[in-house]
Amino acid sequence: MPQRNIIEAINNALDEEMDRDPRVMVLGLDVGKLGGVFRTTTGLQEKYGTDRVVDTPLAEASIIGASLGLAISGLVPVAEIQFLGFTAQAFHQIGPQLGKYRQRSRGRYHCQVTIRAPFGGGIKSPEFHSDAVEAQFVQTPGIKIVMPANPYDAKGMLLEAIRDPDPVLFCEPDRLYRLGRAEVPDGDYTVPFGKSQLVREGEHVTLVAWSAAVELCGRAADKLAEEGVTASVLDLRTLVPLDVEGLVKAVAKTGRCVVVHEAPLTAGFGAEVVATLVEEAFYDLDAPIARVASYDVPYPSGALEQWYLPSLDRVVAAARKTVAA
Amino acid sequence: MCVPEQLRILDAGGALVPGARPSMDEEFLLEALRWMFLSRMFDERATGMQRQGRWGTYSPVTGQEASVVGSMLPLEPERDWLVPQYRELVAYVHHGYPLERITANYLGKGMAGRIPDGVNLLPPQVALAAQLQHATGLAWGLKLQRQPGVVMTYIGDGGSSEGDFHEALNLAGVLKAPIVFFMQNNQWAISTPRRLQSAAPGFWLRAAGYGFPGVEVDGNDVLAVYAAAGKAVERARAGEGPTLIEAVTYRMSFHNTTDDPSRYRDSAEYEEAGRRDPIARVTAYLGALGMWDERRERQMRESVTAEIDDAVQKALAFPVVRPENVFDNVYERPPDRVLRQRAQAVGRGRD
Repeated sequence: MPQRNIIEAINNALDEEMDRDPRVMVLGLDVGKLGGVFRTTTGLQEKYGTDRVVDTPLAEASIIGASLGLAISGLVPVAEIQFLGFTAQAFHQIGPQLGKYRQRSRGRYHCQVTIRAPFGGGIKSPEFHSDAVEAQFVQTPGIKIVMPANPYDAKGMLLEAIRDPDPVLFCEPDRLYRLGRAEVPDGDYTVPFGKSQLVREGEHVTLVAWSAAVELCGRAADKLAEEGVTASVLDLRTLVPLDVEGLVKAVAKTGRCVVVHEAPLTAGFGAEVVATLVEEAFYDLDAPIARVASYDVPYPSGALEQWYLPSLDRVVAAARKTVAA
Repeated sequence: MCVPEQLRILDAGGALVPGARPSMDEEFLLEALRWMFLSRMFDERATGMQRQGRWGTYSPVTGQEASVVGSMLPLEPERDWLVPQYRELVAYVHHGYPLERITANYLGKGMAGRIPDGVNLLPPQVALAAQLQHATGLAWGLKLQRQPGVVMTYIGDGGSSEGDFHEALNLAGVLKAPIVFFMQNNQWAISTPRRLQSAAPGFWLRAAGYGFPGVEVDGNDVLAVYAAAGKAVERARAGEGPTLIEAVTYRMSFHNTTDDPSRYRDSAEYEEAGRRDPIARVTAYLGALGMWDERRERQMRESVTAEIDDAVQKALAFPVVRPENVFDNVYERPPDRVLRQRAQAVGRGRD
């Protein structure tokens, strides 16, 4: 089976879907000739032409607002926002407009729009480029929020997103883009939304994460194993819809939980995870739930990002403390 | 800066401007006049019902009827698209959204207020200028799919200060999208006067910065608006790209039923605007041609009243919404969590 990294998996998904469905088009900054700043759209304009792979003016709100109109006209836009942090300039068009359009029109219109957005820290990118703002969109009903953590999911969830009749925010972990290859089949398959994945099974503590933090939790589990602590790692995969059942099951099994995310601590999606567990799994808990997140301050320069982001040591320390409690 | 005079065919007294030719024949102008009466009289009805507590907030378009009617009439509803702001009511009716459905929407009747399938109209938009982005995308999509329609979209002088205005017009220019940006400059954004929105001598001048033509037209002259809009629609249809039309008009009423213009509007200015009433201008013109008199006006008012009565009666008869309708039409496949919330809410009943 072919081995692909996340970049290659996304490129393969876009290529196959554009080939299969002539309504699908890609638009955004530098997605055409350059193939995107991370090269995820390499070769697509050459193959599908400038009408279907479009370099747009530098204006995030118009990339999204125009995608809404394109969708109503009958096309299926896959919009790229170069970095998730820049969705701030399109926030209104994403949350209140795309998210509400089906209901605003009493179901007359729907927006089959996928927004791809690389995000996350650890690659020493300039300011605003690393911001993990996924939780901001959880408060905008109507948008699904998808956070793949590996190449297989990246392809299968992107295909699921493009075919979803409703808008999907597809956040790509840029730190993992080229970190390694995994088996990603050629041809069609989808990964359904709202199904978390237990990527590792342990006895003592459950580490809950999504996107690049899943990789971090895997390393933390390795380290904990050296100390005789076995950890489960649960990849939520999608924040909306949230797999409450999978989350409760994974945490109930160990009775202990550490939630890890790159966004700042306060009101990050980890808060929702903890609240859900308190409501649904309180009597299965043997210890207080811990959160390891970034600090409630702006994302720092690259020189300090490793200190700001959840680190291996911080995750391991939180897990140890939880297990000892 | 060379600023040509705004396009005008009928002067404020209803006489043809020297050298101008009417853009409609008299029969068509009578049709336009009926639309203008429908707009004015619907405003009166809705405002009256709001004052009785039978209607929610309402934004009249009084004084701007020539802008709305003149811009909608060049469109062919079966192939062209209308992307509204919210102050273009009869344009929705002209495009095929029945008046009773519009009324039902105002009365909070849920699905009864839905735009019918096949009507090429997007929902009204109160997050101003957001609709221009959608309109540009829609026009782009029509062009990519080689569909014959053009898009007419609306904005006001206030909405033009939004970033979405700039982004949408910029993108439309780059794409040569088949679209007309129609601005009703009614001089007011709630209480904020036009001079505080822009230092430019005309909003239409901005079009040059986007690489397409801008036109200034007397927005109280239905013949001039129709001529300008018709030309812009033809241009879009011919694949020549967008046009920005600034229709200079005046909001002769309040922003909406919560507003009190006496706190900020000069009464002399308001009275002066009243002398440029777009309906009086048409009736004076037709009167001089022997085609308008008190009897005809009475007949037209009776016929419009009957149409509004019928729409309101039908709208009131539609079923009331149910609490669980808040969950409708958010997702085609709602998340489990939302389904669970819905089940709980249904069990809760109306409290």
